[in-house]
Amino acid sequence: MLTIANTQFSSRLITGTGKFASGQSMQAALSASGTELVTLALKRLDLVQNKDDILAPLQELGVRLLPNTSGAKTAEEAVFAARLAREALGTNWLKLEIHPDQRYLLPDPIETLKAAEQLVKEGFIVLPYCGADPVLCMRLQEVGCAAVMPLGAPIGSNRGLLSKDFLDIIVEQSQVSVIVDAGIGAPSHAAQAMEMGVDAVLVNTAIAVSPNPVAMGRAFKQAVSAGRTAFEAGLGSVQKNAEASSPLTGFLEHL
Amino acid sequence: MSFAALLENWDFDDVTLQINACTEADVRRALSKSKRDLQDFMALISPAGDAFLEEMAQQSYRLTRQRFGNTLQFYIPLYLSNLCANDCTYCGFSMSNKLKRKTLSLDEIEAECLAIKAMGFDSLLLVTGEHETKVGMDYFRQALPIIKRHFSYLTMEVQPLAEAEYRELCQLGLDAVLVYQETYRRRTYAKHHLKGKKMDFDWRLDTPERLGRAGIDKMGLGVLIGLDDWRTDSFFAALHLKYLQKTYWRSRYSLSFPRLRPCSGGLVDKTQMSDRQLVQLICAYRLLDGEVELSLSTRESAQFRDKLFPIGITSLSAGSSTQPGGYAQANQALEQFEIDDSRAPQDVAVAVQNAGMQPVWKDWEKGYSKIL
Repeated sequence: MLTIANTQFSSRLITGTGKFASGQSMQAALSASGTELVTLALKRLDLVQNKDDILAPLQELGVRLLPNTSGAKTAEEAVFAARLAREALGTNWLKLEIHPDQRYLLPDPIETLKAAEQLVKEGFIVLPYCGADPVLCMRLQEVGCAAVMPLGAPIGSNRGLLSKDFLDIIVEQSQVSVIVDAGIGAPSHAAQAMEMGVDAVLVNTAIAVSPNPVAMGRAFKQAVSAGRTAFEAGLGSVQKNAEASSPLTGFLEHL
Repeated sequence: MSFAALLENWDFDDVTLQINACTEADVRRALSKSKRDLQDFMALISPAGDAFLEEMAQQSYRLTRQRFGNTLQFYIPLYLSNLCANDCTYCGFSMSNKLKRKTLSLDEIEAECLAIKAMGFDSLLLVTGEHETKVGMDYFRQALPIIKRHFSYLTMEVQPLAEAEYRELCQLGLDAVLVYQETYRRRTYAKHHLKGKKMDFDWRLDTPERLGRAGIDKMGLGVLIGLDDWRTDSFFAALHLKYLQKTYWRSRYSLSFPRLRPCSGGLVDKTQMSDRQLVQLICAYRLLDGEVELSLSTRESAQFRDKLFPIGITSLSAGSSTQPGGYAQANQALEQFEIDDSRAPQDVAVAVQNAGMQPVWKDWEKGYSKIL
């Protein structure tokens, strides 16, 4: 079971809600993925006219909502959006996203740490999207984040685990859940992340933009499950060289 | 270095020659790359690129879906005034044009906002002629707070303003500004801008940099296709985009590609661009830059727009009226130019859904605006 802030989830696949062709398509794909925790951008919700294609299908699915602050460029904007999300959606869970860089949507480490500290003090359960920087992840953990969400590659890039070596260090050091967010473009990437021992992965573009989002949602469900099972079973060690059948030091035993 | 200084290093005619000299091999090389530069862009918009249009469209479709998903943003223009202190050869609002002039009162603005809101929009483009004394900062200071009450995202297409003025408008809820250079060739610019402050090529050219310094969320660039060679002018728009992206990296960018439309007293397009060439340009912009927003107005026909939706476009207007007060009460004698796609917004939304995409009416939170 995945545990975040004393809440247990049987699925280790967290999903996004953007980029789908319709609310129905999103609902069907998320249902097939088995996800139990779903992030949605506050900026997409029309809380005045209640006219959006996102919230109602999610409420029907009965998943836990994880509002995000996508669009915020500063800590101040993110904190404002978080308070609004808590009030509007009745949850103190928050995916903190601050990316002033408009081309690669890379997270701002300074603003993210500042906002995380403030939001934790205000009682939010903060899951910050961040670079795969082990020191930053430790700092986010220290200020009280419930998990860290380092990127595998830039958002929507489908490029997989480009940050693999640093993710390894983060998994090794972290005392909170590690969720690989962004860059996972294929079920094999998700399985690879799970085999490394990350606690969960977040997938959006790869499912939403697939010609068959339902089948792709199912494929990710299976990959995440297979990867986790392999991690728990224990993978064999990988070596570049063959193991010598005639050891060079065997003679020592006969001396 | 400012963009104006950078532009001095380029000769319009030389660029035209370079573009026209691109070969099919250049286009193939550009298509095979995962990251493309301005040399590749030249090949893609060149006459040689035409033979590769289908492949360009396929790549453009994939890149657009990957970044923007299966969605299209909807916006609508609100014409606040058709007063103008410029004379431009192509525009119905030109001061020498015999046109009934109208500037919306604050009550009329409120009525327009309510009419537009009822259509479902949350992203609004404010448009005026360019009349600094009657439709300038004093007017905007009064109008913006009223409008921002109704809409999350506000874009403006008005006369270029000073940096301090942009800062002030951002604090009243302004999020984005469109400022099209119209043409990057000084000689052609002078030929079409005959009177008024718009004659100042450099003041206009420097506007995006003032916007960047003012911290605007998004700025829109473009040329008016039909004033000069569309390929060369579009190359300079791309050069401008690349310069700004590096300098003002916190801002988002959009590109538009308006083709000259008939207007009251206006000139006829002398530098024709076919539908096929417009598709080529849209794809080339997308292949150059996977992140830039590409915007399509109702200048184009419904039939053509429906086919363009999936190719590379990310935002579009619908149900537009180009006359002040046109949503609450229509009056054709006041309009800036004739629109072609006159379908109701909901009908356009259905067409978008039929193309396999989701219309997005709201994609901004007022808390991200810089309102004081």
